Amino acid sequence: MHTNTKILAQEFEYLAPKTLDEALSLLDNYKDKSARILAGGTDLLVKMKTIDLETDYLINIKNIPELNFIDTTDGLKIGAAVPLSHIEKIGKVKEKYPALYEGIKSMAAIAIRNMGTIAGNICNASPAADTVPPLIAYGAEVKLVSKRGERTVLVEDFVTGVGKTVIEADELITQVNIPEMNKNSGSAFSKKGRVKADIAKINLAVYLEREDNICKDCKIVLGSVAAKAIRAKEAEGLLKGQTVSPSLIDKIAKKASEEIKPIDDIRSSVEYRTEIARVIVEDTIKIAWGRAGGEL
Amino acid sequence: MKKIEIEFTINGKKRNLSVKPNDLLINTIRNDLFLTGSKYGCGIGECGACTVLLDGEPVLSCLTLAATVDGKEITTIEGLAKGNELHPMQIAFLKNTAVQCGFCTPSMILTATALLKENPNPTEDEIRDYMRGNICRCTGYIQIVKAIESCAEGGKSEPV
Repeated sequence: MHTNTKILAQEFEYLAPKTLDEALSLLDNYKDKSARILAGGTDLLVKMKTIDLETDYLINIKNIPELNFIDTTDGLKIGAAVPLSHIEKIGKVKEKYPALYEGIKSMAAIAIRNMGTIAGNICNASPAADTVPPLIAYGAEVKLVSKRGERTVLVEDFVTGVGKTVIEADELITQVNIPEMNKNSGSAFSKKGRVKADIAKINLAVYLEREDNICKDCKIVLGSVAAKAIRAKEAEGLLKGQTVSPSLIDKIAKKASEEIKPIDDIRSSVEYRTEIARVIVEDTIKIAWGRAGGEL
Repeated sequence: MKKIEIEFTINGKKRNLSVKPNDLLINTIRNDLFLTGSKYGCGIGECGACTVLLDGEPVLSCLTLAATVDGKEITTIEGLAKGNELHPMQIAFLKNTAVQCGFCTPSMILTATALLKENPNPTEDEIRDYMRGNICRCTGYIQIVKAIESCAEGGKSEPV
């Protein structure tokens, strides 16, 4: 059937809480009903228009002051309603968290980034989400708050599958916390699409910590190659504690490409994703290593 | 559905409207306020033709609920000229023949003004990167980039 995207056909009640407490009360009231949180709407409204997704209540959290802050004092704390474009403009993000900066910059175009939020990108739980590999690589966590209390969950554990997360119906992500970066650490992001604004055929974030010529710790996180972003843990194991050299990076890249489980879909093929994974893991480790002050 | 009362500023004028929860900003602007410069293109955030400025920043009005602009400030292409005096970016588009069919032009001009506000002297790469969400199917991109370059700081754009 032809879908008319000129209008939003489905009917729902619109709620615009002014405070966090009000939003949590609404979520608590409607937890047994079909209610959705609206932030940027760049994914949600598309899904609602194409009738993939129906809801009776839409709760707009975009204008809640408690969710609109950026704190750079210790690491990075980003309120759930902060638009992506505001995050990319923070000096500390570009300087200390280049993988996140590059991931956000690679997303869609400016109008979408002015609307979409980091928490929305995580909650949407697309395997191709561009902020998720960097956030996992940095060990970031989300703070989930409800009337019952609050908890923090690593982004790595938060997303469980395509469109699936561990969030409960009465919970709201209020902020994303990213730990302070160690002085000798380096990170980088890479993405392959047909054109710049595309959804990723494959994306990748690498984080590593250097001590002289040795890689003390590392994370290699790939997106769009499984039901959710995954760490290439065997490849990480080959890198950790080792003296970094071009031949070692070669071996790690090959291992990472063997670890992923991509599928054929409209954007790419298993064959391409497997081959390009090897290439971008190699390139991105080299960039991250260079940023950590390492030499090859 | 319960209607929602909203108050917002559009092109410098305060407006009070009663909207339905599922009214899209693009339709409110075009059908209720008769500002037809903003275009409906794809409806799913791929083409950029519906771009308007919300508190000075480009957003897509086809993916924005009218109810969410309560208390905000919107600028559409109709709000750029001052009376008969065109905005420098409009002049630059005219002088550089950066307009073919004209469908993408309002969104191109609005996005370009936001770019120059953020970055008064962008490189060609920066222009192309910022404009990448605004699609022109006549593919007049070279003239569009030239128009923006001519309007940037140090660029020369004389009134027509």
